This record gives sequence, structure tokens and C-alpha cells, in this order.
Amino acid sequence: MNSVPGPPPARPRLSSAEGRPAELLLRSAHLIDPRAGIDGRNDLLVREGEVAEIASPDAIEPAAGTEVIEAEGLHAFPAFVDPHVHLRTPGREDEEDLDSGTRAAAAGGFCLVLAMPNTDPVTDNASVLGSLHERAALEARIPVGFLAAITRGQSGDELTEMAELALEGAVGFSDDGVPVASAEVLRRALQYQRLCGGVLALHEEDPALSAQGAMHEGAVSTLLGLEGIPSISESTMVERDAAIAGYEGGRLHMLHLSAAESVLAVERAKGQGVAVTAEVTPHHLLLTDDAVRSLDPLFKMNPPLRAERDREALIEGLRSGVIDCIATDHAPHARQEKEEPFEQAPMGVTGLETAFSALYTGLVVPGVIGLDLLVDRMTAGASVYGLPAPMLAKGSPANITLVDLDAEWRVGETGYESRSHNTCFAGRELRGRVMVTIASGSVAYRERGFAVRLADDSLAAPGAQR
Amino acid sequence: MKHLLSIADLSRADIERVLDVAESFAEVVERDIKKVPTLRGRTIVNLFYESSTRTSSSFELAAKRLSADVVSVREAGSSVEKGESLKDTIATLSAYDPAAIVIRSPYAGAAALVARYCSAAVVNAGDGKHEHPSQALLDVYTLKRRLGTLEDVNIWIVGDVLHSRVARSNVLAFTRMGARVTVCGPPTLIPRDAASLGCEVAYDLSRLGEADVVYALRMQRERMASAFVPSLREYAACYQIDGRRLEPRQLLMHPGPVNRGIELAAEVIDSPQALIVDQVAAGLVVRMAILYELLSGGGEEGATRRPHLETVEQPA
Repeated sequence: MNSVPGPPPARPRLSSAEGRPAELLLRSAHLIDPRAGIDGRNDLLVREGEVAEIASPDAIEPAAGTEVIEAEGLHAFPAFVDPHVHLRTPGREDEEDLDSGTRAAAAGGFCLVLAMPNTDPVTDNASVLGSLHERAALEARIPVGFLAAITRGQSGDELTEMAELALEGAVGFSDDGVPVASAEVLRRALQYQRLCGGVLALHEEDPALSAQGAMHEGAVSTLLGLEGIPSISESTMVERDAAIAGYEGGRLHMLHLSAAESVLAVERAKGQGVAVTAEVTPHHLLLTDDAVRSLDPLFKMNPPLRAERDREALIEGLRSGVIDCIATDHAPHARQEKEEPFEQAPMGVTGLETAFSALYTGLVVPGVIGLDLLVDRMTAGASVYGLPAPMLAKGSPANITLVDLDAEWRVGETGYESRSHNTCFAGRELRGRVMVTIASGSVAYRERGFAVRLADDSLAAPGAQR
Repeated sequence: MKHLLSIADLSRADIERVLDVAESFAEVVERDIKKVPTLRGRTIVNLFYESSTRTSSSFELAAKRLSADVVSVREAGSSVEKGESLKDTIATLSAYDPAAIVIRSPYAGAAALVARYCSAAVVNAGDGKHEHPSQALLDVYTLKRRLGTLEDVNIWIVGDVLHSRVARSNVLAFTRMGARVTVCGPPTLIPRDAASLGCEVAYDLSRLGEADVVYALRMQRERMASAFVPSLREYAACYQIDGRRLEPRQLLMHPGPVNRGIELAAEVIDSPQALIVDQVAAGLVVRMAILYELLSGGGEEGATRRPHLETVEQPA
């Protein structure tokens, strides 16, 4: 992964509400952290919000006041990082806000999310960005970083005051939702990056080729009579922008790849030494345009669900490392907006609360990818933006997700933490459920049933107290 | 059949059941008193969000001929203009407990959405560029009446296939009935992977002689603005069906309304080969059959109950 050029920003790049530092012992959990080289049953002690000790099962004697979680049979991973969410704040707090969005993230096992700037008003100046950091310091259950827009109003014309935004804690820059259509504007942004640093994260799409498209262009769009968004709408822009970044020596991140041709383009760019990274969403890894046959707007998003060969190429890209990380592109929409005919409904699906379980069920259980690879790709989003990746290592801040891989649940059966419910996995039976999330040293989430069981246990065993 | 949302949902047996019922209604519409009591006391809502003459009038008349009570709602002047969502409109109209809702919308997926949000039988009378299943059924009916069967009949659908819900529904319906279908039009107006619909694709009319039936599509003038073809003049030169191109043994169809002088030359429209008026007449009986099949039909395979066709007594 490439380091981010430029001076360090004045304001910290991540914000969250102050939490109580955790004091707890995970007793005999199966720890998996490919980055730390851990895979096995261990005790893990968190003291003052830091990983204080990792030792063989039952080796650690907790101090008084330490919560003991009997985690025999459960798995603990470094908590996940989602480098691409929409928290709809400011402007559409009816769909999501910093509190509900970070609660949804914690429920999905995430310890860090990065929010996109396509808000209303657009996060394209230091005052909007500063106010977001201030609100996050009051409301956010887990650390949040904010990307700022590349162009004013995301209109694709003039650059934002990127240097000031960087000082105000912009974690990167993006016009996500729309492409930077002009090659000239993108080139200027890449040049300006030498001053302000910050990864440029690109939504790659040629608006002329996508036009009014509502789904992937192919046999299914032909059958449904829906205007298509061709694969080349994405891949030609990936190629163009990788070429410009190579020429200028800049640093790019390609958001939500969906097409086989785009994976190839990123692979070629990396091969030529261009500083480029890429992400993919759970829905593009698990679903195809076949799902759109139902004309259910829950399967409408941009980029669209594509063909099986695209899905296979994305999985292969994830395996080979051409695709660096998984991102949900969590995009909440108000209920009434998704209760429109497919062609009219807005694009986007939520994803924070289902990402791990859906991928574990769809890719790990059938043996398509290994659990360690999934954990790696679900935490790698931090390094893309030059942030430290969560690790299960002594001295690291405690960022831990405790998961019951055998738990089976139906998506939506107990409602959602997110304010919006537009998940394309609604009603699906999934395996693997997040039980506890520790983010930046504090417990950010406990699954309700699990929390009750623990309370019962601690009552039964007077020695272990909260 | 619970709903008629798309031809893609139908089997050949489903199609044939509707055609059989339509046959029996054909006799009714030739009587002096053209009304039967089949759907007496039941309510049918026609909800048209897009302009339509043929489809809306024939659905309305079909319902009336079956003695149903009919409510017709058009977008202009309705609460939709005031910003009501389709879901809420459906909830409102559902308060009348309609047996069926017939919907036309400019958006693909509208009929499927209505079917999700109400308990009435839903008939898709055209949703965006997706499907227009009642048109396909009446076209199959028209051809079957003329030819006896569609088995191995060679049908060419010519024109703007990309934007045509009629083309999509008809390719599916004709092929289900055993016909061989070729779609033909400017390459910019043929959708990607068109052959996946089960048809052949041609870009010029050089092999039009193979066709037993030529089905011309309406060439919408507004498509010119998007530069799908360089000019209407060039389109007509390449694709217009005229007296030179149409052989005497070939039948001609068109879903209407026709652009005279663009997709069809005047001489073929008025020729005895043209089935265009037959199509409109078929529209009525086929739509009666659709409503009957959804609201009174047996629904089980091969278990169609024939409608009782005694004439309604006229009030004094």
C-alpha cells in the first residue's frame, strides 16, 4: 500500500464520542488476525482500552473489575473497517445520522467507517467538515472519518479548497455518487495532491455511456426493457484515470468496482507501478443482475449488479490482491423512495449490518475464499487511506469483533440499527453473527441476546463482576 | 393466473387458455346486445399514467361488456398530479375492493409494484419499455385466427426494438407459440444480447422475403432528438415497409398508432394484407378473456371453465 503524500493534518482525521475504556477478558476465543499472524484459541485481555495480553487459553487471571466473556467456540477478529459509507448527514438525517450510522456499523463488527461527502450541503468546505467532526465527537459510537469533495458542489468543475480541507481533517477526497467527468479537472486534482495530500477516491463512470441507465446492460436489461449501464461505462474511466495518475504520479483509489474489465484495468495499472488501490462491495461479490428480474428496487444500485463473469472476476481480484479491500457503499434511503417502480426508485442499498455475515455465508462457508482472506480484506480499508489497520497485537488499541460463526439469523428479524432498511439481503438466512464490537478501546456493540446470556452467567458466577 | 404482469411469466398453455376464452367471446361481440353478466358486481380499476387510446378504451369496454363496474383514473387531474405516490394511490383505490387493477405506466416495474401492494389481480397494460402483455396476446390471437397456427410461422418485427415494450412481449409470445422470430432495425435501436430473447437479429431488410408476417413497430419521433438514427428520411429509406418490399403473400401488422410515411407506406396500410384493424377488434375480446381468466377462470392447467354467455337482460 502506498503512503499518502503531504503534511500531517492539524485536526485529527477521525472523530468519535468519548467511550469508557474497556476492561475485559475474552476467554478462550479463536483469534484470527492475518496481519498479526495469529490463528488459534487464546485468551485476550483488554486493559484501559488496549490489547494488554494475548496468551494461551485460561492462562490469564483477570484483575478485579474486569469483565470476563466466555468466548469458547466464538471467533475474535480485528474489527472491520468500512472505507465507504453514506451517513446522509448533513441533509438527510431522516435516512441516517452519525449516531444511527455508527450504531449500524458497530452492529456489523466495524470499528471505523469513512463517510462520503455527497451530503446536502456537500462536504466541500472547511466549515461543513469541521461541524461534522464536532457532531461526530458527540454522537459517533465508533470513530468516523470524512472525505471531502474533490470539486465544489461535486459539480465536476472547480476544485475545492483541498489544502484547507486536509488541515480540517479530510481523510481523503471524493466526488462519490458522480464521476469527475473532466480529465482536465482530475489532472489538476492529482497535481494539487502534491500540496494537500489525501487519496483521491473515484466513482468511475462515463455519464455519456451510462445515460439514464437503471441496471447492468445485458440479457436481463434487454428482457426487462430497462436502459442499461454498460460495463465499459466504468472500465473506460478506470483506464483513463489510471493513465492520468501514472502520468502525474498521483495516488488514486477506485471505488466499488463492478465489472471484470475494470479489475483488469486496475491490475494493469498496478503492474505499471501506478499508485492505485481498489475496493469492492459485498453485493457485487454475491449477487448478479439476475436478481433484478424481480424488479424489486432493493436490487437497484450504482454501479449495478452485473453478470456472473463480472462477479467471478471480482472474487478473483479480491483473492489476488488486485482489489485491496471490501467496502459496503452503505447507502440508506427513505422507505418511500424505495417503494417506487424499479425504473423510478433511487440507487443504493444499506450494507453495514450484513456485510460480514453475507460474505461469510456466501463465500467462506462454500469454500470460495478463506476466512483469513475475508478478515484481511474487511480491515484493509484503513491502510488505503494511510490509517493504522486494526490489529490483535499487544499494545494496539482494542479494535475487536467477536463473532459466533455458527449462529444463524434472518436479516431484519430483529430490525435494524440503521434508520433505513433498504438492504438487498432482507429476509435472507445468514450464518455468522457479530456478538460484540470493541472500537477504539470501548465496547460499541453487544448483540442483545448475547448480552443477556453474559449477564446471566455473571450472576451465576459471583467471582466475575462487571 | 393471478396477475398478467409479463409474457415472460406465461407458459404456452396459459396463452392458449386465454385465446380459447377469447374465441368464445368473439361470438358475444357479434350479437345485438353485446353484454354478458360474468363479472356483475365486481369492480375494475383502470389506472393510466400514460396517454393511450386503444388500450384504455378496450380495457374499459371489455370490463363493461362483462358487466363489471369500471373506474378509470388518468394522471391528469388526479391526486398523482398532487404528488401522491403510486403505493398510496393503490391503497386509496384498494378501499373500493377492486377485483382487478389495470395499470399503464411510463416506468418499468410499476405493475410488479402494484401487485406487491394490493390483493387485486393486476394487469400490466404497459410498463415503460418493459412489457405490454395484452398487446402480445391480441396479436397472437389475430394471427392464429388468420393462419390457424403460429407453429413454424416466420415473423419479422421491424423498427425501434430497443424502446418497444410491444417488441419484447411479442418476441416472447410468438416464440412460445412456435413461431420463428427475427427482429430487425437500425443497430442503434436493437438492444444488446437481443438474441437472448430467443429470436434472430437482422440489421437490414434484404431477407424480409423469408417472412410470412411483417410486424412493423412505431418509430417514435422523439427518438430522433437522441440521434439514434441520422434522420427519419434515412430510417424510412432503410426500414419502411412499402408496396415494393411487402410481398403479396405476406401479412402486415402494427400495434398503432401508425406514422404514415415513416414505418409504413400508405399503400400497405390500406391493403388487404394489413391486419391492423383486426388487431384492434381482437383487442376487445382478448382483454375480455384476460379479465375473465384472472377473475373467474379455473386457473388450473387444462381446467378452464367456459364462461356462461347468456346475454344480460336489458332494463326496461
